[in-house]
Amino acid sequence: MAGETVILEVFIFVLMILGALFMLVAALGILRMPDVFTRMSCNAKSVTIGLGFLLFAFMLHFRELGVGSRALATIAFIALTIPVASHRIGRSAYLSGVSLWEGTIRDELGEALKGTREGPHKEDAGDEKR
Amino acid sequence: MISALSLFDLVLIILLLWLAWHLLSARDLFRATVLFITYGLLMSLAWVRLKAPDVALAEAAIGAGITGALVLVALGRFGEAESDEAEPGSLWLRGLVASAALGLFALLGWAVWSLPTEMAGLKAQVFERMGESGVENPVTGVLLNFRAWDTLLEMAVLFLAVLGAWSLGEAEEPSMPAPGESLLALVRLLIPLIVLVSGYLLWLGETAPGGAFQGGAVLASGFVLLLLAGVRPIPSLMGWPLRAALGSGFALFLVVAVAVTGGSRMLLEYPPGWEKGLILLIEGVLTLAIAVTLGVLFAGGRPPASPGAGKRGEKR
Repeated sequence: MAGETVILEVFIFVLMILGALFMLVAALGILRMPDVFTRMSCNAKSVTIGLGFLLFAFMLHFRELGVGSRALATIAFIALTIPVASHRIGRSAYLSGVSLWEGTIRDELGEALKGTREGPHKEDAGDEKR
Repeated sequence: MISALSLFDLVLIILLLWLAWHLLSARDLFRATVLFITYGLLMSLAWVRLKAPDVALAEAAIGAGITGALVLVALGRFGEAESDEAEPGSLWLRGLVASAALGLFALLGWAVWSLPTEMAGLKAQVFERMGESGVENPVTGVLLNFRAWDTLLEMAVLFLAVLGAWSLGEAEEPSMPAPGESLLALVRLLIPLIVLVSGYLLWLGETAPGGAFQGGAVLASGFVLLLLAGVRPIPSLMGWPLRAALGSGFALFLVVAVAVTGGSRMLLEYPPGWEKGLILLIEGVLTLAIAVTLGVLFAGGRPPASPGAGKRGEKR
């Protein structure tokens, strides 16, 4: 029994460190990345994964149905909302004319919008033209 | 030795003060708004640390969430007009204001400092009579039974706020990029969950932190999400059903308050045995009324007079 508890403790420990590392990456990304889009990109992904790890560790630590189900629900909400929210912010920023970093090598959305009547600064840009 | 938790508290306090300073001194209103939302979230953490989870929930849902959305939408509508820099005023005037503010700060600090560190307050009395309240969560017991009068008046304030907003004009179509498939898909997934969570918070209020205001704020976030996604309200619901929902919270509360009065009972003194049912009924209606009120405030004005011709009446 004791051995299992130790293994679980170590597992929780590793999860928390991993989660904290991902959060650190997100914070560094906000500070270091050159433009809105790159900042958004690294922030959204690391926060989603980092929070997921932390909440999972939380779940394992308490091992109660009430706590675990709430933690799982929170993970689900985060996995649903953060990607969509950051996609919306990125798209709105692009369409309202926020300029890309000078080192950007490819602007796929711009290419996709070029042939159509839409373009940057147009409000009703077509949705996901592939 | 500083324990990890008191170190956390210290960092939290410093962050709150730093945020408050930056948010007040920010020239850019958008920056101030974002800082305000961050401040609300950290403030709710502070409430958790003060062992007031009810307040923390309300602060996160209403203080940071809904108020943040309201401020953002107001900024979107009026932001440009306010962007010219205000005159800093003369040195003399600024000195006067600063010394007045410092004086007030010193007075408040002295008042807080002179309070006894351990004070029972009304806690003992509340816990002693929890059995009579009909619920198990002391906060709900106080808000909807012992001091239900305050909550009744809060509903009146919310109702007056909507009247004020509606008297100023009609709701405008917010100018924002088209919602897009990703947002619509998210809305389809989230709206049922939001309704579920809101009902859960309402039910939970009997025994644990939660209740009408928290549930209402979560439900209101669903309305905000729908409005942002460009889903327009059903025109036929924008007439009297909307008005009825807006007034329902205050009206039902008032009706209950008066109806239970009689004999030796005072206003809002629920008859024994009826407490739980009445509290649940009031809270259920309050949740909807609060959600509709906050949603309507986000829309920013009364619905256009003729729904068919109005901007909000048609679906894009």
